[in-house]
Order: sequence, then structure tokens, then C-alpha cells
Amino acid sequence: MSEPIQESGAPLLRIERLALALPEGADRLYAVDNVSYDLTAGEILCVVGESGSGKSMTANALMGLLPTGVHVAKGRALFDGQDVLAMDEISHRALRGRRIGMIFQEPMTALNPLMRVGEQIAEVFEAHGLLTPRARKEKALALLEEVRLPDPASALRAYPFELSGGQRQRVMIAMALALEPELLIADEPTTALDVTTQAQILHLVKDLQARRGMAVMFITHDFGVVAEIADRVCVMREGKIVEMGEAREVLDHPRHDYTRALIDAIPADVVAAVGRPADVLAAVERPADVLAAVERPGDAIPPQRDDKDSSPLLSISGLDKVYRSSGGWFQPKREVVALDGIGFSLGKGETLGIVGESGSGKSTLGRCIVGLNRPDNGEIRLDGVDLSALEGRELRAHRRRIQMVFQDPYASLNPRIRVGMAIAQGPIANGVPKAEALAQAQALLATVGLDGGAAERYPHEFSGGQRQRIGIARALALNPELIVADEAVSALDVSIQAQVLTLLDDLKQKLDLSLLFITHDLRVAAQICDRLIVMQKGRIVEHGIAREIFLSPQHPYTRELLEAIPGRRDAPEPATAAAGVL
Amino acid sequence: MNFFKRFAQNRGALVGLVILGLVVVLALLAPLLYPDSPWRMVQRPFLAPGEVSGFWLGTDVMGRDVAAGLAHGAWVSLLIGLISTVVALAIGVPLGALAGYFGGKIDDALMRFTEFFQTIPNFALAIVLVAIMEPSTFSIVLAIAIVSWPPVARLVRGEFLSIKHREYVEAARLVGQTHRDIIIKQILPNTLSPVIVLASLMVATAILLESSLSFLGLGDPDTMSWGYMIGAARTVMRQAWWLSVIPGVAILLTVLALNLVGEGLDDALNPQLARAR
Repeated sequence: MSEPIQESGAPLLRIERLALALPEGADRLYAVDNVSYDLTAGEILCVVGESGSGKSMTANALMGLLPTGVHVAKGRALFDGQDVLAMDEISHRALRGRRIGMIFQEPMTALNPLMRVGEQIAEVFEAHGLLTPRARKEKALALLEEVRLPDPASALRAYPFELSGGQRQRVMIAMALALEPELLIADEPTTALDVTTQAQILHLVKDLQARRGMAVMFITHDFGVVAEIADRVCVMREGKIVEMGEAREVLDHPRHDYTRALIDAIPADVVAAVGRPADVLAAVERPADVLAAVERPGDAIPPQRDDKDSSPLLSISGLDKVYRSSGGWFQPKREVVALDGIGFSLGKGETLGIVGESGSGKSTLGRCIVGLNRPDNGEIRLDGVDLSALEGRELRAHRRRIQMVFQDPYASLNPRIRVGMAIAQGPIANGVPKAEALAQAQALLATVGLDGGAAERYPHEFSGGQRQRIGIARALALNPELIVADEAVSALDVSIQAQVLTLLDDLKQKLDLSLLFITHDLRVAAQICDRLIVMQKGRIVEHGIAREIFLSPQHPYTRELLEAIPGRRDAPEPATAAAGVL
Repeated sequence: MNFFKRFAQNRGALVGLVILGLVVVLALLAPLLYPDSPWRMVQRPFLAPGEVSGFWLGTDVMGRDVAAGLAHGAWVSLLIGLISTVVALAIGVPLGALAGYFGGKIDDALMRFTEFFQTIPNFALAIVLVAIMEPSTFSIVLAIAIVSWPPVARLVRGEFLSIKHREYVEAARLVGQTHRDIIIKQILPNTLSPVIVLASLMVATAILLESSLSFLGLGDPDTMSWGYMIGAARTVMRQAWWLSVIPGVAILLTVLALNLVGEGLDDALNPQLARAR
């Protein structure tokens, strides 16, 4: 691994042949095996890998956050010349927070829900015995200003639940920065956020890093994020470093097959679609060296499909849904509009993508269509029959025709029911004899690419991707005409995502299904959808052929979504970053 | 197999299981070891343990063999504990399941009904019930079951409330399974582990309740039980302490064993805890 020569000489953090041993009975001996890398002041190093690659473990070891059972087997981690791993608790505590700051993945749980934001930031100073209470408060305010929270003075007095996810992540960053650490460790800080928020946070981190000259260790699974932010990249797989180098170099010319696979697996990069046809985008200058992921031909433009102009299978009109919390004696009633006058139609054999951020109502729409939620108003017609008017037995008979693939492959299978039975229970409930249904389940498992022995096993014996295949097989068991996939690949690693998407597409062609694909990820939508609906706050803001939406988005919100996709630009210009409060 | 291994990891649970096994063996062998009625007077009263050979736990105020009483009492205590728990489960599980699954008005109605029982102190209600129905094994079992089902209903309802929104339950609704199938096949198996743990503790509580009732003289007059033995000996505590202490220790050990087993079951049935070990 060639090390770039840094102006400041000695690296801030040097990890030398670190090995972290897993407890006995784990699937491998070491969580992290023989890992060495350097991090210099003023540099952003991205540690990339899929789940289980051990990418977070090194950071956890640095912060003394190793889970029970995992211990340092060998190696050193020198921070400014001192071995962090060999330190006693007292000197380690002095280091944490003060010289090494950390941001976590889940902004919803990383803050104490019963403590005002200002107090939580002040607590950082208090823990290290710094400043007077008054000065702490002033400093907290200055920090909130620095992370560009809107209205910092009132945010200081707010409780975490009063802030949005992105705002909470900003508070977390403010806390991590409070003592001006030399090293900031960010463990998937944007994974739980919407794309537009993610883009803002990435800008913020990059900007703060440049201003303060910190070193940043940024842990992520997303090569898009890498392209956006990294100076150097370290790709990990099963606890080992497979490739390390300058970000541009790795992205353009990945040397290792695994890196290439990861970059390829990023669902079709939308940028390419925007970048290629010169006539459409004459105005937009195409960056000189677009990333390798973008360069490859044919991956990006949503495949063009024949317009199936047969009569619509599903037509929806005037759909409204308002969630009301009933409100206690002292609380006012709260109303959240989830769907507001939604109308569209879906042809036979078509794939329609519904794209939106959290809170846009896209999942509620899916749940109304399959009948898990009841809309307040409006019609859902399947082949001309209004589903929302049906009740009891008739409804049950029609439900068979629309099936759903769920988001979370771990929650969507009953842990106490064998996989074969889980698939067969649909047909059994609809009157198919048990033996026949079980035989069918075997065949379906083969269709989704699992071997027949799978039927006898329990869900916990399968990986996330395999479980999602089982979920698809279950949805297919009733020969549905329409499948609603609600964030069906969001919980999977990118390489698995690509496989499951391919499977869905194949099945759709083979079985002549229609597909309603709900996602927050435009990159995924680009890969599979014929048409797209973009939703915001319960309304459809844009609607059209997928390709056209990518090439020339009409609505400002769509444009914002497209802009926010990480890895879109080849390097964020500091000017935008500084100004980009958004 | 796997389950037993996890269970065996908890030492206390194994000890509990062994004690419980001994009590069960004692109860089963009682008719063989002491074929005579435990009520029969066989020797001089107030024999201390070991004073006369053949009566190694001594005799009570009326000259009855304490060892025979202990063995026959084990049978009664265990039987009452088990049956009343089964009855309590039979009332509590369906009520909790219906309330949790359907929610809304059904939930309101069933939970108000449950609270009605919860607001009356357990023991007072049990005394009243037994007194009204005349003391007999049947009335005691029923009284204990009636005062101990509300926590079961609460627990099952809570589990149902959280599980009914899981995606696999929604998937089952989508494929057209009936409510009955969803309740019995999808949700109920997933609520069982906490219910089993609670049940093992309820057996212990039931044994205590039965003992307390017998102590107050509300036991079945035809059956020897540990609680009755303590109650009968309480007036002679100072002259013959062993008459109260021996059955007392028996109750203590059995209840302790059941609690230990319950805790072991909790560990073994809770995969998250098991993984953390």
C-alpha cells in the first residue's frame, strides 16, 4: 500500500498490525485481522465495507467500546505516539472526547431523551472539568451555530424529540467537536438519514474538517459517500484490508476484485444517466474525470421498456389518509396528513417506482393498496373492482391478488415457523391441501434461487439476502398479479441488493407481474422502474417515465433529491459547502 | 438439545431442577412409603426427630408421623400448584390474546374486567371464595386460579400488542389467514416464552397461597398439606419448633426451586440473553 507523503511528517493515528479476537464460536477467529493504516492531521479516511466486514471494530477499539467477548489480540494503535489500546482507564478517559471525538449512526438514540440539548453539550465540558457553567453555555451556543442548526438559541433549550433526525445528528457533531478533538471518528453518521439530509451532513463534516484541520475517520458502507468526502479509502472485507489508497485512485482504478464488485454493485448511478446524452444536458458541464462507477456503459439509464398500453391493472384516485392521535385530556389532537389526493394507475406488467423521503407517505400508500391500512377517502380499483369497499370474506379473496414484500428481512418471517410452511400457509389458508402447498413451496424456493432443503429450516439460519428471497417466494405463493415491494432492498448490503433486484426483475418478466416499488433510494429506483412517482408530504409532486425524470426533473423537490445523491459530484466545491445551509 | 444446553448453563436452574425432581419423587412415592393415612395416630405425640427409630422426623401434637405428612403433603401441594396454574393460564391467555389482538372496545372491556380482579387483594379474595364455596381441593384450586389469572392476561395482551404489528403477522393477514389462525399459529407461539416463565413462578405462588389458606384452617379437611401442618403446630412453637420448621423448609425449598427453574427457563427461552453469555 503506497502511503502518500504528508507535509506534517508523523501521522496522527497509526494502527499497526491490529488484530481483534472474536469470542469462541463466532463465524471467524478475528473481527479485524492484521490491519494497519495511518491517518494524518487534516485528512479524511473512509473505511468502507459491508456488514460484518469489521469496519467499525477498529474505531470501537480506539474508543474503548469493544463489545463484551471481543478483545485486542495483538497490535498497537498509536495516537500521537501513545498506544491507546494499552492505556489505563484514567488516561484513556482524558483522551476520549477531548482529543478523539465520535459520532454515532443512530441520531434517534444517541442523545439522552430527558435532557435539553444545551445541557448535553455543556456536559461534555463538565466531564472534563472545563470552563464555568456560564462559559459552557456560551460555548454550546457557539457550537450549535457552527454546525448551522437553524435558530441555535432555541435549539439549546429543546429536548431531542423536538428536533429532526438531521438536526440531532448536527447536535451530535457539535458535542463531538466541543473540545476541538484532533481526530473525529464518524461511524455511519448518515446511514439513518434521508438523502437530502445526508448531503447536508456530509457537507458539514467536510467543511468543519477543512476549517479545523482535524483528521476524520469516516466509516461507511456506501461508495457514493466515499466519492463525496474521502481523501483516502480503506476497503475492508472479513476483517482484512483488501485495498487502500487515494480515493480517486481506488474509485477510478480499483485493483481488487472485491472493491470493483462493491463499486459495481452501487445501484445504477443516476449521474451517468444525466451525464451521457449531451443534447439534454448541454448546459451542465460534465466533470472531467467522472468516477469509474459512472463511466461504465449501460448500467445507469433506466432500461427502456415498451409502453404496455393495456388497460390499467390498478387505478387509484383521490386517496386521502390522515393519522389522528386521539389526544388525552390535556393534549390537543394531532393530525398528520399521510396521503392527500393521491391518484395514479399502474398497467399490467409495469414497474412503478414510488420515491420519497421518510414522512412522505409512500409506505402508507403501499399499505393502503395491499389493504393493511384503510384510506379515509378515495378508490383503489384492481381490474375495476373497488377494494376499499370490500369487507370480510370478499376482501380476503381479493387480497390474494396483491402481495407484499416487506422491508426488514429479519422481522418479516415468523421465527417459529419453518420456511417451507411460511410460504405454504398462504395457499393453505386459501384452501389448497397441505401436502400440495408444501410441494409448491419447494418449487418456489427453487425459483428464487434457494435449494430445496431450505424448506425444512427456520428463518434464523438464513442471511438477510436469503430471507428476502424467502419473503419474495412467500409473496409469489398465491400467484398474485401485483407485488408491492416496500423498501424491499433497503436493509441489505449493496452487493446483495443488486442480486435481489435482478431476481425481482427476472420474476416480473417470467411471471408477468406488475410491480409497485417503494423506495427512498433513487439509485435503486433507476435500476428497476419503468415509471416513477415522486412523493413529498403526502402529495405526488412529479410523475412520469423514469428516464425522463432522471434526465430532466421538473419539480424542485425532485431536483433536490437527485442533487443529494452522494457521489454525484466528483468533489464538493468548498464554496457550496460553506454556503450550503439548506 | 440446544435448549437444554442453554438451560444447563444456569447453575442455579440445575439445582432448582434437582430439588424439584426430589419433591416430585417424594410425592409419587408417598403412597408406597407411607401406605397408611397420614392422619393416623401412630406414636406418642411430640416425639423429636430421631427420638424413636422409624419416626425420623418425629410426631406432631396428635402423635401423627411428620414424615408421612410431609410426603403426602408434597403430593397435595404440587397438584394444587400445577392445576391452579393451568386453570389460570386457561383463563388468562385467551382473554389477553383477544384483548391484545383486537384492541379497541374489546380490549377496553376485557381489561376493565381484569382490573376488577386486580384491585381486590389476592389473598383476601381467595379467603372469601374458599369460605363461600366450603373448603375442598376443588374450591381451593378454583380460588387460587381466579386470583392469579390477571397478570397472565396482562402479559399476554402486552406481547400481542407488540407482535401484532410485526411484518410477518401483516404478511399472514395479506395471504388471507383468518384471525383465529393468526392468533394461534403466528402470534401465540411467539408469546410463549415469557408465559412459561411466569407460569413456573405462578406454581410457586399457588403453593404458598394453598399453604396460607391451610394455615388459616381453610384447607381441604381430608387432605394433609404443608400449610395445615404449620398451622396445626403454631400453638406449640416453643415446645416443638420442628413441627413448624420442617414443613416450612419444605415449602421454602420447593418455591425456591420453582423460582430457580423459572429463571433458567427465562434465560434459555430468551435467545438474546443466551447470546450475550
